[in-house]
Amino acid sequence: MQFLRDILDKARPNFEKGGKLEKFLPAFDAMETFMFVPGHAAQRGSHIRDGIDMKRTMITVVLAMIPCLLFGIWNAGHQHYLALGQFLNAGDGMAEKILFGMGKVLPIVIVAYGAGLTVEFIAAIIRKEQVNEGFLVSGMLIPLIMPVDVPLWMVAVATIFAVIIGKEVFGGTGMNIMNPALTARAFLFFAYPTKMSGDKVWVNTGTETGEAVVDAYSGETPLSQAIESGNNVTTVTGDPLSFMDMFLGFMPGSVGETSTLACLIGGLILLVTGIGSWRIMLSVFVGGAVMAMIFNAVAVNPFMEVDAQTQLVMGGFAFGAVFMATDPVTAAQTNTGKYIYGFLIGLFAIMIRVFNPAYPEGMMLAILFLNVMAPLIDHYVIQANIKRRLNRVKAA
Amino acid sequence: MAEIVKIRKGLNIKLKGEAEKVYVDVPISDTVAIKPPDFTGIRTKLVCKVGDEVKAGTPLFVDKDNEKVIFTAPVSGEVVEIIRGEKRKILEIRILADKEITYEPFKQADPNNLSRDEIIEWMLKSGTWPLIRQRPFEIVANPDEKPKAIFISAFNSAPLAADNDFILHGHGEEFQIGLNAVAKLSGGKVHLNVNAGVTTSKVFTNATGVQINKISGPHPAGNVGVQIHHIDPVNKGDIVWHLSPQDVLMIGRLFKEGKYDASRVVALTGSEVNKTRYHKTFIGSSIKNMIADNIKGNKVRYISGNVLTGTRIDADGYLGYYDTQITVIPEGDEPSFMGWLAPGLDKFSLSRTFFSWLTPTREYSLNSNMNGEPRAYVVTGQYEQVLPMDIHPVHLLKSIMIGDIERMENLGIYEVAEEDFALCEYVCTSKVEVQELIREGLDTVKREC
Repeated sequence: MQFLRDILDKARPNFEKGGKLEKFLPAFDAMETFMFVPGHAAQRGSHIRDGIDMKRTMITVVLAMIPCLLFGIWNAGHQHYLALGQFLNAGDGMAEKILFGMGKVLPIVIVAYGAGLTVEFIAAIIRKEQVNEGFLVSGMLIPLIMPVDVPLWMVAVATIFAVIIGKEVFGGTGMNIMNPALTARAFLFFAYPTKMSGDKVWVNTGTETGEAVVDAYSGETPLSQAIESGNNVTTVTGDPLSFMDMFLGFMPGSVGETSTLACLIGGLILLVTGIGSWRIMLSVFVGGAVMAMIFNAVAVNPFMEVDAQTQLVMGGFAFGAVFMATDPVTAAQTNTGKYIYGFLIGLFAIMIRVFNPAYPEGMMLAILFLNVMAPLIDHYVIQANIKRRLNRVKAA
Repeated sequence: MAEIVKIRKGLNIKLKGEAEKVYVDVPISDTVAIKPPDFTGIRTKLVCKVGDEVKAGTPLFVDKDNEKVIFTAPVSGEVVEIIRGEKRKILEIRILADKEITYEPFKQADPNNLSRDEIIEWMLKSGTWPLIRQRPFEIVANPDEKPKAIFISAFNSAPLAADNDFILHGHGEEFQIGLNAVAKLSGGKVHLNVNAGVTTSKVFTNATGVQINKISGPHPAGNVGVQIHHIDPVNKGDIVWHLSPQDVLMIGRLFKEGKYDASRVVALTGSEVNKTRYHKTFIGSSIKNMIADNIKGNKVRYISGNVLTGTRIDADGYLGYYDTQITVIPEGDEPSFMGWLAPGLDKFSLSRTFFSWLTPTREYSLNSNMNGEPRAYVVTGQYEQVLPMDIHPVHLLKSIMIGDIERMENLGIYEVAEEDFALCEYVCTSKVEVQELIREGLDTVKREC
C-alpha cells in the first residue's frame, strides 16, 4: 500500500496551512484516517493504548446491522410478491425477491449516507474539526427504520434535518441529546404522516402488466391489526400470522425491523464484542414484558390481550431495543441509570402502542422520550453516589 | 481485623517480556541522576552546585515551601551537571558516582526506642522522607501532618511489574525495622496489603505491628489508591500516607546501619529486551549498562516504570525515584493501512472487536501507537469496567474539564491519583488523555483549597 501512502503524503501539503485547499483539511483528514490508522504514538500518559477506536466501534455496529439489512432486502421482495399472489412460500423465488428488495432498499441506503455524510463534511469544514465517525451508524440505521416505499427525497430531507438539528447544533457526535436516526424518523412521522403510517406504505404493491394485487390484500402491519384483533393477526394475504412467523420477520413493517431473529443476531454481535450495553438491552425487554403482562392481567381491549412474547416481536420493539436504545451518547451513562432507562423504554413503548392507536410505533416515541430523560436519570444516580460519599464521613 | 477485598473490575494486560527471577550481574552505570519532576507538588530549591563532592545522603535540593523536606544524593561522587528545561526548571541533577560509595552518617537506632519526632527528623535528614507520599493529591508527604493511616501495597499488579516477593526475599529483618519506624508515624493503623493466594513471602506474611489485608483481583488491585478506597477511604480533610515495600526496606536500612543506602532492585522488562532480568542498582541510576547489547528492535521506547504510568526516558536515561521497573516496548509511529478493519490478532483490547479475544492466554508485544485519534466521548461504561472504585469516572473527568471544584470534591477527587485512572486511559475509545486530566484536577483542587 506504499503507493497510496505516497499519493497521500504528496497531496497533504495542499491541505495544510497556507496550501491551496487549506479549508478542506478536515475532509482530507477523514479520507486519510479512513485508509490509514495514523502513526501517532502516545506522547503523554499511558504508553500503550487499546486497539479499539471510534472507527472500529462504529464499523462493528454497522456489521451487527447487516443481518437486518439482508433480511429487510429479502422481506421487501417477499411482501411485494405476497401482495401479488406470487411465490407464496418463503423459500420460493429467492432471486426475484432479493433482486426486487435490492432495487427498493439500496437506493434508500445510498441516499441516507450521501445526504448525511455531505452534511457531516460541511459541518467539519465549518468547525475546522475532524469528521466524526458517528454517521457511519446513523446512515445505516435510517434506511432500516423507513417504510420500503418512502420517497427518496424524503429520506434525504429527513437525514439532513436529523444531522443538523438532531446532532450538529449540539456540537456533533457525542454531544447530541436525541438519537439522530430516530429524529429522522420522527421528523417524517410528524411531517408526512401519510407516508410513514397507515396501511399503504409498508408493502410495495406496484404492478406490471399481467400482474394484480390479490383480493384479500391488506397492507396493515400486525401492530395496527392488533388494535382490533388482539392476538389474531394476519399476513398481507389474510392468512393467520403465527408467533414464529413474526419472530422470523415474515410481516410488513419498516425495512430492517421486522425480523426479531435478525435483530437478535445483531444484538449478539454487539454483546459479544462488548460494544452494546447488555444492561440496556436486557432491561428494555424486561420492561416491555412486564408492561405487556400487566396489560394482559387487566385487559379491557383487544390490544391489551396480546401476549407479552408477541408484543416483543411486533413492530420495531426488538430493533429499537438492540440498536436504538443502546446508542451510548443518548442513553443513560451510568450503569445503574442504564437499567432504569432501558426498563422505562420497554414500559413506555408498550404503553404508547396500546393506549394510543394513532401512534402504533410506540418504540420510537418511548426511546426519544427517554433520550430526553436520560440526563435526569443519571443526575439522580450521581446524587446517590455523592450522598454515599458524604454518609461515609458521618459514619466515621 | 484483617480485611479481605475482592476486586472484580480491572484488566490484566498480558505483555511479553516478564522478568525472569534471576539477578543479573551487570556493572552499575557510573552516572546517577535525581529528577525533581518525579516529586509532584515540590518546588525545587538547589543546595548544591556543579563540581560539589557529595556523599550518599548529602542534600542536593530542598522543597522551597517546606525546607525541612530534603532530597539527597543516592550515591557519593561529584555533581557533574544540572539539566534545566523551560523557565530554567530543574530537570535532572547528575552525579558521577565513586567506585566505592561513602555515606553520610545518620542515627543508628532501633525505631522502637525512638519517638515519632526523632524518626521524622532522621528520615528528613537522610532524604528517605520523600519515599512517603500522601493521598489526596499523590504528593510527597508533609512531615507536619499526621495521617489517619499508612498503606503499603506488598504487590504490584501493573503489566510486567517487579515481583516484591522475589525482591524482598531474605530482607525480613530490615523490612520489619522499616515497618516499626513507619508504624510510629501513623495516627492510626499501618495496612500491609498482600495479594491473596499469590503473596507467599514470609517477609510479608510474618510482618508484625501492621494489619495484613488480603486483596485479590486483576490490575489495578495492587494500586494503593484502590486498596485505600476499599479499606479506609479518604474523605475531605483526611490524609493517608503510602509507600512501597522497597521504600520500607530503605527506611529499615537507614535505622539499622545508620546510612542512606539507596540501592534498589529493578526489573528490566518488555518485549524488546533480550534478557529480562532483575538488576541490583541505585535510585536514579542510568539504564545504559542494563540495556547494552540487550535490545531487539531498533525503534524502541524506554520507560522508567510500567507501560501504563511510567515516564519515557532516553536510552541513556535514568531510573525514576519511585520506579522499580524499566520497560522497553516497540515504538508505534508507523501508519497502518486500513488498520481499523483488520482482524487484529495482534491487538489487545478490552472489547472483543478484535479476534485476539479468541486467544485469551496469548502474550502481546504492544507498541506505543495510539490506535486511533482523539474524539468526543461516545462510548460509555468502558471506564467503569476497569476502575474498581465507587466513583463515576466520566462525570469526575467532565467536572475537571469544566473546573468545577465542588463537583470534583463530591465525585471523589480526593480518593484518586493518575495511576488509578491509567487503565481508563488505556481502554478509552475516544483516546482521551485521562491521567493528565486527573493531575490537572488534583492540582486545581490543591491550589484552591
